[in-house]
Amino acid sequence: MSTLQVRDLRVSVEDTEILKGVDLTVSSGETHALMGPNGSGKSTLAYSIAGHPKYTVTGGTVTLDGEDVLSMKIDERARAGLFLAMQYPVEVPGVSTSNFLRTAVTAIRGEAPKLRTWVKDVNAAMAELDIESSFSERGVNEGFSGGEKKRYEILQLALLKPKIAILDETDSGLDVDALRTVSRGVNSARESTDLGVLLITHYPRILQYIRPDVVHVFYHGRIVETGGAELADRIEAEGYVRFGEPKEAVS
Amino acid sequence: MATLIQSGPAEHEVSLSGPGAQTTGSPAERFTSREPEAFEVPSSRDEVWRFSPVDRLRPFFEVFEPDGVIQADNTVPDGAHVDVVEPSSTAAFGRALEPADRVSALAMANATRGLHVRVDANAELSEPIVLVRKGISGRSYGHHVVEVGANARATLVLDHVGEIQIAANMEIVVGEGAQLSIVAINDCEPGSIQLSSYAAMVGRDATYRHINVSLGGDIVRIVPTVRFSGRGGRAELLGLSFAGPGQHFETRLFVDHGEPDCSSDVLYKNALEGENARTVWIGDVRIRPEATGTQTFELNRNLVLTDGARTDSVPNLEIETGEILRAGHASASGRFDDLQLFYLQSRGIPADEARRLVVRGFFAEVVNRIGVPQVQDRLLAAIEDELMRAGT
Repeated sequence: MSTLQVRDLRVSVEDTEILKGVDLTVSSGETHALMGPNGSGKSTLAYSIAGHPKYTVTGGTVTLDGEDVLSMKIDERARAGLFLAMQYPVEVPGVSTSNFLRTAVTAIRGEAPKLRTWVKDVNAAMAELDIESSFSERGVNEGFSGGEKKRYEILQLALLKPKIAILDETDSGLDVDALRTVSRGVNSARESTDLGVLLITHYPRILQYIRPDVVHVFYHGRIVETGGAELADRIEAEGYVRFGEPKEAVS
Repeated sequence: MATLIQSGPAEHEVSLSGPGAQTTGSPAERFTSREPEAFEVPSSRDEVWRFSPVDRLRPFFEVFEPDGVIQADNTVPDGAHVDVVEPSSTAAFGRALEPADRVSALAMANATRGLHVRVDANAELSEPIVLVRKGISGRSYGHHVVEVGANARATLVLDHVGEIQIAANMEIVVGEGAQLSIVAINDCEPGSIQLSSYAAMVGRDATYRHINVSLGGDIVRIVPTVRFSGRGGRAELLGLSFAGPGQHFETRLFVDHGEPDCSSDVLYKNALEGENARTVWIGDVRIRPEATGTQTFELNRNLVLTDGARTDSVPNLEIETGEILRAGHASASGRFDDLQLFYLQSRGIPADEARRLVVRGFFAEVVNRIGVPQVQDRLLAAIEDELMRAGT
């Protein structure tokens, strides 16, 4: 049982305060959806927890099982059990995906995986996500389509087996089939490892495939409402207008 | 960074440039001569030397009495022959090389001994010719001639180690339909200086590959040139260097397309680490009016790992006919991509290991194209050593 606890987190980018006091607790086995319009600070929350140097924490705390996450280096956070599936996964040319995955899992586990079981595990996880075996020879995210990059993020989630995963707009840019595949991967990780999930999205669509236990509405750098899955349905119907967002033109 | 110069044919005929002519760096104005005195003593104002540490090279700018001791170790498979000869006694002497600087002309005029490497026509060598040159002491001239017979297939590995101070030329004549790969590894001890020209004449439908690797020594300045003697030739020039503190690795290449339907493909990657680490890459390509159907592309990438290092990259493409298939170049120099490092670290990989992964990945594209497994393995190990030494 693990718990990620965020208390009164304040974060600035180049002297502009983006997060204005965020409180959030995600535990193993729970799935929290964090919904909000573009520019509300959702990704800032994700990157701040992962330790991206561009974001300056000006107040508050983040702990994982009581350990101070903010004092950890980026890689230490991952080894402590945090995982961030990025909205825009980065290309690392010339580094083969197979080499990268083995290096990462070795770092996370503190020892190299046994070759035979590792190859089997990778192949099984790739098959579940409809990832072709030729991926292993390609450079990390190199020339991947948007959908391939997202599936590849979830493949890493399945293999690295974190305690708490933050999925930042994993649904963006996916067609329905790819969304189903990615959701299947996330659900499978939830079931097999008691994963805690913070699912960041601004469309409720993905929540049809990954059912949340808790839904938070994020607006102007803080959580403004928390409820059950029904809150997502209400946002689907009404949008973010009642939180102050201007009405979009009728389409 | 892209520059594209369209110039009229024969407006800048090279033979019109007299001694000491001030050239602009345009491939079409490239001055060549066998006569050392036709070149001014190099200075930093001289276009072809302006990126070089001329003060440290001064001993090579005048004739010297060679006193170099170099140990040779040759592996010569069946179908190939390696002899020590008086260079000018070979029929191929001067067929591929037109010295483009004073040092090369001095080496051509003063090297009294050199290797004559021959590969029989139609031979397919079972393994590479490997010529290990271990410098012991002193300063040398070299002028080597390589002749590959028609339709032969060969790989030649030149492995430079030890303490070497040398001004050298290698002339390479690739026969019709032949395929030759030359891998030059420059991994000498500190204090070493190598000034080397590699001049290839590529026959009809022949393939010439030149791969330069610079890892060791104080100064390595290479001048690879390619000309074609018939239609349908292919040239591939690859380079990889890792410059540490105080090391100067320079490449000035010239591909002269003067025959139809030939192609050239150039890829050089340099990494730099430490105070006064320096790389220079000049990539000149000329497509003459006769060279219709030409395809050419050149790419240079430089990865600057620390402060205090400097890299220069100057691609230069001159096209004198509209009847070509493709011509392009690209050049980019930069530091580590913070996003790449963040991504790798966010997967639990410590910062130093993430940097090593990125550097290995940076070089992988070149290493994978070398095509000589024992060289590739050795290079990967050498890159690993450099990274450990650099503490990145």
